[in-house]
Amino acid sequence: MSATTWAWLALLLPLLGSVVIGLGFRVLPTRIAGAIGTAAIGLAFACAVAALFNLLGEDAEARHHASSLWDYASVAGLDIKLGIFVDPLSVFMLLVVTGVSTLIHLYSFGYMQSDEGYHRFFSYLNFFVFSMLLLVLAGNFVLLIIGWAFVGFASYALISFWYRRTTATRAGMKAFVINVVGDIGLVLATLLIFRELGTFDYGAVFAQAPHAFHTNEWTVTAICLLLLVGAFAKSAQLPLHTWLPDAMEGPTPVSSLIHAATMVTAGVYLIARTHALFVLAPTAADVAAFTGLATLLVAATIALVVTDLKRAIAYSTMSQIGYMIVGVSIGAYGAGMFHLMTHAFFKALLFMAAGSIIAAMANEQNIDRMSGFGRAMRFTSMTMLCGGLALAAFPLSSGFFSKDEILAYAGARGGMYVIFAVLGYFGAFLTAIYTFRLIFRILPGPPCPEAKELIDTGHVAHEPPRNPASGEEEDTDVGFPGAEHHVAERSPSMRVAMAVLAFLALFGGLIQIPGVDNAIANFLDPVFADSPLTAIHPSTGWSWIGLAIGGAISLAGIGVACWLYVVSPEAPARLQQRFATVHTFLFNKWYFDEAIDIVVVRPALAVGRFANRSFERFVVDGLVNGTTETVRGAGGIVRVVQSGFVRSYALLLIAGFAGLALYFLLSSS
Amino acid sequence: MSAEWYVVLSSLLFAVGAMGILVRRSPVVVLLCLELMLNAGNLALVAFSRMVGNQQGQVFAIVVMVIAACEVVIGLGLIVAIFRRRLPLDVDRLRELRG
Amino acid sequence: MEAILFFLAAIGALGGAVGVIALRNPFYGVLGLIVHLFSLAVLFLLLTAAFVAAAQVVVYAGAVMVLYVFVVAYVGGAEESAWESIPGQRFLAPLLGLALFVELAIAVLSSSLLALGTDGPHVRAGFGDPAAIGYLLLEKFLLPFEASSILLLLAAVGAIVLAGRQRAGVR
Repeated sequence: MSATTWAWLALLLPLLGSVVIGLGFRVLPTRIAGAIGTAAIGLAFACAVAALFNLLGEDAEARHHASSLWDYASVAGLDIKLGIFVDPLSVFMLLVVTGVSTLIHLYSFGYMQSDEGYHRFFSYLNFFVFSMLLLVLAGNFVLLIIGWAFVGFASYALISFWYRRTTATRAGMKAFVINVVGDIGLVLATLLIFRELGTFDYGAVFAQAPHAFHTNEWTVTAICLLLLVGAFAKSAQLPLHTWLPDAMEGPTPVSSLIHAATMVTAGVYLIARTHALFVLAPTAADVAAFTGLATLLVAATIALVVTDLKRAIAYSTMSQIGYMIVGVSIGAYGAGMFHLMTHAFFKALLFMAAGSIIAAMANEQNIDRMSGFGRAMRFTSMTMLCGGLALAAFPLSSGFFSKDEILAYAGARGGMYVIFAVLGYFGAFLTAIYTFRLIFRILPGPPCPEAKELIDTGHVAHEPPRNPASGEEEDTDVGFPGAEHHVAERSPSMRVAMAVLAFLALFGGLIQIPGVDNAIANFLDPVFADSPLTAIHPSTGWSWIGLAIGGAISLAGIGVACWLYVVSPEAPARLQQRFATVHTFLFNKWYFDEAIDIVVVRPALAVGRFANRSFERFVVDGLVNGTTETVRGAGGIVRVVQSGFVRSYALLLIAGFAGLALYFLLSSS
Repeated sequence: MSAEWYVVLSSLLFAVGAMGILVRRSPVVVLLCLELMLNAGNLALVAFSRMVGNQQGQVFAIVVMVIAACEVVIGLGLIVAIFRRRLPLDVDRLRELRG
Repeated sequence: MEAILFFLAAIGALGGAVGVIALRNPFYGVLGLIVHLFSLAVLFLLLTAAFVAAAQVVVYAGAVMVLYVFVVAYVGGAEESAWESIPGQRFLAPLLGLALFVELAIAVLSSSLLALGTDGPHVRAGFGDPAAIGYLLLEKFLLPFEASSILLLLAAVGAIVLAGRQRAGVR
C-alpha cells in the first residue's frame, strides 16, 4: 500500500476510536474503552511506521505525495479538496504524535482508572489525536484551518474535563478565546494567500510563491505575520501565552499530551511547513525568532520562582517551544524539528512523573509541601530524573544534542543571529537551574507526611478531594479521580509508558550526533531544500565546540541548583528577601495576565456593557419588541370586531350582502 | 299574477326575517325568523319553477324544507340543552366565543 | 279571482311575519309563523305546486311547528329585556332590512329576465302533482333525495345526543 493510504488509515483510526468509545460509553466496560482508545492510536502509529518505510523506499526527491478523497468545494474559483499531503515533514510529525500519544494513552489507562468520566476522557483524547493528525497531514490551508480549530476544541474540552471545577472551566474558556485569536490570524492569512495566489493547495502555493512575491513585499510579510499570530496563540508564545499555565487545570495526561508534546508544537510545524513564505519575508521570520527568544527567557525566569509543580513544567514547555520557534525561524529546520521530537519525549515523561507524585500527594501540587519522594517512589523519581536530565541538556541526553544544535546553527549564521546563540545559552543555564530546583526540592530530603505514609504503610494518601487552587471541594460525580489515586508504582501500564519515554529521553538523541549520523536532518532535507538558509551549515568542529559549551553550562546550572537547594537550603529564602521586588515581579508572571486584563478584557467588557445599554436595548430590543407591540396593537384593534354577539355578526353579514348587492346593481345598470 | 309579484313578496318576507334576526334576542324567536327566511326562499323557488315551466324548482323547495326541518331539530335541541344547564336564554348573554 | 287570493295570502304571510318579529311572547310568535305558513301554502297552490303546498302544511305547519310549541312550552316564554346591549343595532337593523328589500326588489323588477313579467307557460294538468314530483325524486333527483334522508338521520341522532340525559360531571 502506498504511503498516502497508510496516512489515511492513520488519520481514520483515532476518529473511529473516538466515535466507538463515545457512542458506546454506557455499554463498554472501562477497561475495554481504554483498550480501544489505546489500540486505535497504537494502530495509527503502526500505520505511521509503515508510511515511513514506504517513503524511505523511494527516491529522496520523489518523497512528496498529495492524495485527496473528494472535492470539498469546487465553485466560483475555489477548488478545495479533502486532501492530505504526505512528505517527510508530515510523516515525521505523524510518527511523533502517534508514538507519544500511544504512550500517553497507555499511561491514562492506569492513571484515570477510578475517574467517572473515563469513557469521555478517552473519546476526547482520541478525537484530539485525530484533529492533530488532520492538522499535520492537511494538504491545503482550508483543511489545516479545520484541523487547527478541531485541536482548539479538543484542548478546550480536555482542559475543562472536570467541568464542575470553576477554575477548570474558566481556564478552558481562556484557552479557547486566546486560540480563537490565533484562528483569526490563520484565517486572514489564508484569505490573503488565496487573494494573491488563487489557490489553497500547499504544492501550488509554495511553488508559485517565489514567482508571485518579491522579497519583503508587504503582502507576503503580512501573510507571514498573520500566520505567526496563529502560531503564537497555539504554541503559547508571548503575548498569547497566558492560557498555557492555566491549562494545567486539566488532568495530567492531558497536560502531558496536548500541552507538552503535540498541540503546542503545532505552531512550530506551521512555520516549518510554510517556510517557503517565510524565506520571502525575512522580516517576519526575524519577528518570529525574536519573539521566540523573548518567550524563552521570560518563561525561564518565571519558572525559577513558581511553586506549583505542573505550572513550573508548563513554563518550561513555553520556554522550550521558544527554542523550537527560534530554530525554524532562523533556518535550522532540521534542528528545530529534532528538538520538537526530543522535547515531546522528555516533557511528556516529566508530566507523567509529576502526575504520579501529585497522585501520591492527594492532589497537592505545591512543591514547597513535597519532599523525600526519592525514597518513597523509586520508579517515579528515577524517570523524573531522566526527564530532568534531558530537559537540562545534560551531556549525551537527547535534549543535549537537540538544543545545542539550534544554538550552533545560530552561531554559524553569524551577524545579528549570534545574539540568539548567546541568549540561548543563557536560557539553557536558567533551564538547568529551574529543572533541578524542582528535582532537588521533591526527591531528596526528609519525607513529607504523604511520602512518609507511603514508606511506612504503603498506602497512598487520600482525603476528600479539594481543588488545589481555590480550596473548594471537588464534585466527584462528574469525573474526578475518586478517593483512589494511581501512582506509577502500582500501575503497570503507567510504568511501561514511563519506562519507554525515559529510554527515549536519555538515548533518543543519538540518532542525530553532529559528524556521526544525521538521520533526522537527512530525512527532512528534501522538504526544506528550497530554502537558501539550509546552505548554512555549522562545521562539525564548531558543532562539537557548541556541544561542549552547552554541556558545561548544563553542569553549571545543575551545580547552582544543587548549591541552592541541597547544600545550603536557606539560601533561596535569603535571595528572595534581598531581591524581593524582582521575586514578586517574576512570581506574578511578569504581570502579563494583569496587563491583558487592563488592555483587552476590561475594554471589551466595557464595550459589551455599552452596547447592551444602548444598541441592544434600543435598536435590537426596540425592533423586536416594537414588532410584537405593533402586532399586538393591530390584533387589539381587530379583536374589537369579534365581540361574541351573534347579532352583530349577523348585522355585518347582512350589511355585507347588502353592499355586494348594491355593487352588482350599480355595475350592471 | 306574473312571477314578479311572488318574487317581490318573497324578498319582502326575506327582509322581514333578516330584520327579525337582527332585533330579537330570544334564541327561539331567532330560529323562527330563520324559518321566515327559508320560506321566503321556498316561495321564490316555486315561483320560478312556475315561470320556467318544469317542476325542478318544486323538488328543490321540498329539499329545502327537509333541510329546514333538520336545522330546526338541532337548533331546538341546542336551546333545550342550554335551558337544562340553566344558562340565560339570551343571544347577547351567550358570548364566550369572543376575541 | 287569482289576484284577490294572492293579495289575501300575501297579507296573511306578511302579517304573520311581522307578528313573529314584533310580538314579545315567543308563544305568540310561533302562532304568527303558523299563520304565515298557511298563507304560503295558499300561495303555493296558486302557483300550481300542489304537492309542495301539502308538504308545507303537513310537514312544516304540522310537525315542525308542533315541535316549536313543545319547546316553547318547556323553555317558557320569558319576555326579553328592552335594553339594547349592542350600540347601533336598533338603528341599523331596520335600515338594513329596508335596504335589502329595496335592492332585491330593484333587482327583480328591472331584471332582464323578461319571463318574470309573464304568467308563465301553459302547463299540463298534472303539473305539481305528487306523481310528477315523485317521478322526479326517484329518477332525476335520486341522489339529493338519498342525501337528504341521510341528513335527516344525522339530525335525529344529533337531537338525541343534544337532549340526552346529563351525565355526571358534564356540567
